[in-house]
Amino acid sequence: MKILTGNDLKTGQVVWWTGEYWSLHVNDAIDVGDKADEIAKREEALRNVNVPYAIDATQDENGVRPAHIKERVRALGPTVRPDLTLKPADPAAGNWVI
Amino acid sequence: MYKYDSWDQQMVDTRVEEFRDQTRRRLSGELPEEKFRPLRLMNGLYLQLHAYMLRVAVPYGTLNGAQMHALADIATKYDRGYGHFTTRQNIQYNWIKLEDAPDLLADLAKVEMHAIQTSGNCIRNISSDHFAGAARDELIDPRPYAELMRQWSSFHPEFSYLPRKFKIAVIASDTDRAAMRLHDIGIQIVKNAEGEIGAAFYVGGGMGRTPMIAPCINEFVPLDRLITYAEACLRVYNRYGRRDNKYKARIKILVHELGKDEYTRQVEDEYAHMLEQGVEPPFAELERIKTYFADPAFETGLSTEVDRSDPDFALWVDRNTHPHKADGYVSAVISLKPVGGIPGDASDEQIHLMADLATEYSFDELRVMHTQNIVLPHVKIADLPALFAKLDAAGLSTPNLDQIDDIIACPGLDYCSLANARSIPVAQKISERFAANGKGAELGQLKLKISGCINACGHHHAGHIGILGVDRKGTENYQLLLGGSEAEDTSLAKITGPGFDEDGIVGAVETVTDVYLAQRTDGERFLDTYRRIGMAPFKEALYD
Ligand code: SF4
Repeated sequence: MKILTGNDLKTGQVVWWTGEYWSLHVNDAIDVGDKADEIAKREEALRNVNVPYAIDATQDENGVRPAHIKERVRALGPTVRPDLTLKPADPAAGNWVI
Repeated sequence: MYKYDSWDQQMVDTRVEEFRDQTRRRLSGELPEEKFRPLRLMNGLYLQLHAYMLRVAVPYGTLNGAQMHALADIATKYDRGYGHFTTRQNIQYNWIKLEDAPDLLADLAKVEMHAIQTSGNCIRNISSDHFAGAARDELIDPRPYAELMRQWSSFHPEFSYLPRKFKIAVIASDTDRAAMRLHDIGIQIVKNAEGEIGAAFYVGGGMGRTPMIAPCINEFVPLDRLITYAEACLRVYNRYGRRDNKYKARIKILVHELGKDEYTRQVEDEYAHMLEQGVEPPFAELERIKTYFADPAFETGLSTEVDRSDPDFALWVDRNTHPHKADGYVSAVISLKPVGGIPGDASDEQIHLMADLATEYSFDELRVMHTQNIVLPHVKIADLPALFAKLDAAGLSTPNLDQIDDIIACPGLDYCSLANARSIPVAQKISERFAANGKGAELGQLKLKISGCINACGHHHAGHIGILGVDRKGTENYQLLLGGSEAEDTSLAKITGPGFDEDGIVGAVETVTDVYLAQRTDGERFLDTYRRIGMAPFKEALYD
């Protein structure tokens, strides 16, 4: 699947396109198929997101997982600070990245 | 310590307000990202993996207590309670909001700091010896010259759009603690046969994709011609540097392609021409700057003895203090490398504490080391037990300066958008491995440096042991390098062979240290043994 990501313009936080809004959680991301450019252009013009781009991902019973490790680190947060990731207090969170 | 005059303050304040307006226009949609990006980068604001990142310039690594407190307050108010001290003697914040950035910069300006020229193709923050003004082995204090160069290079209209970024280091001792020959320009203040003080210029060094050691192009430039000579070096580069190819645009490529002799000839021509133009700042300006760096009021007649009955304290003194030019004092290194910790990270509370300790024990001065530790430059030997106790209580007393667990690690793939692999977890695992197996204590000086990509912010080329993270078909892989040095015996490390995965690289480091322990002769450091026996025994142990 193709999912759309970018950074929140004001805060810089990593965000994912849900079909309606930008979420902090990669699991909310939807398959944008071949609509990535169109959505990215529109959302960037509305200043809802900064520099959006499409990436490859897979989806299974555990949720959406970006194909590349860099995007998985973006989705989770720094693997060396579990307290600052989106799976707070989960010491095994980093394993999801690898 | 440098001081802003009213012009400096006005320039920085004006720049903050300019950026406030630029940010407002970006947030309102007047400025698209492609126009705003270069403007925010000129103010040190990057967009990294998780958020905006702000890189704050710490001039040649020098801070006073109030500035250090301000850095801690910024971590609390605008970030997530911590900062990261970098190999450029700067500090970075990882979680800055764009909407907060102008206020943050205004707070910095109140303590005579900024983030200008911490990005872009300009002259970056000048770096220097972290023991400058304190070291027993220095010829003179290099900081006034670093400050002169800082003033010259700040907002220099001719050098704001160089072919590529440009880094300058200034030192004044034969022991190189600033990786001077791995800079675009390295300046060593020296004494000639006549006893006069001048500057040796090394030009065209660097790490990154194409590491090179700078050759000396002039062994003695009179100190009252320093800026003129530097300007001549820059002018030749600005004119002929490879703007056509980003990967060939650093000055090291120009010096290499022209050859040292031809590059030097062109610089000397330009220098002769510029001498006629009289670009050197007036001598009085240097004298004015020097007064800011006058020695603090060191006491005399102090004892050089201290009670060493506590073995932890004695080990810390042996490893983490450095000889001072004033009897009865030392420079004390605060390690930001606890076992299993994140190299260079410090919490807001720790930064406040270090600021307080500087005020109490070190004439209000601190230095950031390029090895991502902090120095209290002027500590009375008699105060060391009290200082140690306070550091220990805050988890800041790790006795590991230049030991295997004093690892330089760049932010890597945990934070950096250019990274191929994570650096920090590798550093953590190595320090934990050597703490657990007890071998660390036997190894002596061993400088280990890790970069998460070829850009080499973690100085892997200059590590006795270097590690470079690469992307191998979407997974992290680590190349091992041996034999580098950033010190006065500068050398570039060589790759051992095929890379390793994350656990494999930790084992590989242990393997090469085992070879060293088995092969070393009395008094040999890891680097000495490597230079004597060569790569082959290490390779054999790693791959056969
Ligand atoms: S070496 Fe590469 S990964 Fe590390 S901080 Fe520099 S650019 Fe980022």
